[in-house]
Amino acid sequence: MGELAPGTMTGPRGPKPRKRLSARNIMLYGTLIVAALYYLLPLYVMVVTSLKGMPEIRLGNVFAPPLEITFEPWVKAWSSACTGLTCEGLSSGFWNSVQILIPSVVVSIAIASVNGYALANWKFRGSEMFFTILLFGAFIPYQVMIYPIVIILRELGLFSSLGGLVLVHTIFGMPILTLLFRNYFASLPEELFKAARVDGAGFWGIFFKVMMPMSLPIFVVAIILQVTGIWNDFLFGVIYAGTQNYPMTVQLNNIVNSVQGVKEYNVNMAATILTGLVPLVVYFVSGKLFVRGIAAGAVKG
Amino acid sequence: MPSIEVKNLSLSFGAVNVLNAMNIEVEDGEFLVLLGPSGCGKSTLLNCLAGLLDVSDGQVWIKGRNVTWEEPKDRGIGMVFQSYALYPQMSVRGNLSFGLKNARLGKAEIESRIARAAEILQIEPLLDRKPGALSGGQRQRVAIGRALVRDVDVFLFDEPLSNLDAKLRSELRVEIKRLHQKLRNTMVYVTHDQIEALTLADRIAVMRGGIIQQLDNPKTIYNKPANLFVAGFIGSPAMSMLEGVGAEGGVQIGDLHVPLAGYDGGQVLQGQKVVLGVRPEHVEVGPEGAGLPAIVDIDEPMGSDSLLWLTMAGQQISVRIGADVRFTPGQAVGLRFDIAKSSVFDVESEERI
Ligand SMILES: Nc1ncnc2c1ncn2[C@@H]1O[C@H](COP(=O)(O)OP(=O)(O)OP(=O)(O)O)[C@@H](O)[C@H]1O
Ligand SMILES: [Mg+2]
Repeated sequence: MGELAPGTMTGPRGPKPRKRLSARNIMLYGTLIVAALYYLLPLYVMVVTSLKGMPEIRLGNVFAPPLEITFEPWVKAWSSACTGLTCEGLSSGFWNSVQILIPSVVVSIAIASVNGYALANWKFRGSEMFFTILLFGAFIPYQVMIYPIVIILRELGLFSSLGGLVLVHTIFGMPILTLLFRNYFASLPEELFKAARVDGAGFWGIFFKVMMPMSLPIFVVAIILQVTGIWNDFLFGVIYAGTQNYPMTVQLNNIVNSVQGVKEYNVNMAATILTGLVPLVVYFVSGKLFVRGIAAGAVKG
Repeated sequence: MPSIEVKNLSLSFGAVNVLNAMNIEVEDGEFLVLLGPSGCGKSTLLNCLAGLLDVSDGQVWIKGRNVTWEEPKDRGIGMVFQSYALYPQMSVRGNLSFGLKNARLGKAEIESRIARAAEILQIEPLLDRKPGALSGGQRQRVAIGRALVRDVDVFLFDEPLSNLDAKLRSELRVEIKRLHQKLRNTMVYVTHDQIEALTLADRIAVMRGGIIQQLDNPKTIYNKPANLFVAGFIGSPAMSMLEGVGAEGGVQIGDLHVPLAGYDGGQVLQGQKVVLGVRPEHVEVGPEGAGLPAIVDIDEPMGSDSLLWLTMAGQQISVRIGADVRFTPGQAVGLRFDIAKSSVFDVESEERI
């Protein structure tokens, strides 16, 4: 650009003029700020409260910053708050949740991605029917299935075990994840798949060498959906995991809702933030990829 | 032995018949072009040859082998797609070697095949780039290379040039022709561009609605179209179609009698409803009184020549003339048809007589 001889440009020069304080911008940013405050205020209260001692909380100034910062509530929430019968804090629940989370996420995504790939690219007789039935599964209320699953798990010998809970999470994630993957793979150019077949790649060869390398965004979306969904799960955890395997959310509930003694708001707040930390981190790390993947999957049905 | 034989091939998607009892034989080393309007089943036929679609009925033979139910990789074919279909995450080298690795060829063999293909297509400097960093023409060259390295006797092209701009298209067209002359392998080439078809083909199969209308060399297709559809589809500007009735030794068009002396075809019956098809370049324009009387409507200069639109016996006719002859609208002229290169079609059956 700088190489242009002087006088070659006849049109207007300089950067594109922008009106910073247009009515549109004021509206836009005003709305955004209000929305942001609305969501940030509770978080602020939680953080502030978790850093106060109990005497200070009793003063009742919910919005005031702590006069004397203490990390005592955080330590207690993590390692010594009472969760039902034991008083070991959230730490054991955290590790339980990790143990539930990792296999559930890995297994459900592994199966759903292959499902979606097969449904998009290797249509077989009745594949549309199969897909419809699978989708229908996404609309059946959980409550209907809770008790039958209890019986099934009991018969399989998996009731009150991590394995049983992993199985439940995997199955319940299947409809939505399969839909996600199928739509994404269907949006990839069909000729690419055909070219790979002419090149002699088989079912797995095409999946691993051609499809997967092009599918990072959708895998990220699936990971986010599953990590947050499974981490935040309460219902399945409380029913199928068994007391010794309670996930973090269930233990959080036990801390917050304990009826013994005084309500330790600061510990409750700290415990809540600790529990919400994992999904929060996942969102922050992968927010951009998330949006891209969702948009990519949305192009073609 | 024919290189490809399509025997009674049919294919339907649900209730829709896309291909209807097709029979084609492609000779060894022949360049066959499948030509037809959009949606006539050209790609579908090609995919059947490649084994990418299961046929509903009939057989496909390649090199004397019934391959109807064989996998694409086992058919001895290479295919080039309209959208290039290069694997975006692999380098050009990776794209070329993917099929060879799947076939478990040795490293040295893979290297030498890639080197040869890259040399023929002049893509050596591009081998380590990703497809995203290539121009359209380069991508299509790589796509051709991917078929080339497979070292097969049959190439299938599905509109390989239609995503390129006009200039590149004509360049690559020449290159494909050269490639064919060099390799002498069998090619089946889908297009809906008649210039591509006429310039590249040894034979052209003109298709409509999953049925082959005519399968012949370009010259015959152009000069003796088998029916009204082929006549109208091939040639730009299109053949003029004059409706008339069979008469003593010729065709009666309105109140004009056009003699058919020297016509290269069958006998027109008296009273038979016919269409006389004349290509714009097979008409001579002379002064008024010499030949069939017509009135000039429009004179369209097109660079190297001009197109003259006239009314003759109440029907429209176009004539190609030299660029330096000028006519004015309303001018009366005389036309002389080159009957030997014209076609007469039966209105009822639409077939050439
Ligand atoms: N998977 C499918 N299901 C149903 N119908 C299909 C399917 N694929 C193609 N068709 C139909 O088959 C017909 C032939 O399609 P095909 O792609 O072979 O046309 P084409 O001659 O290659 O056209 P174009 O020049 O536009 O590429 C079309 O009418 C199309 O709608
Ligand atoms: Mg096509």
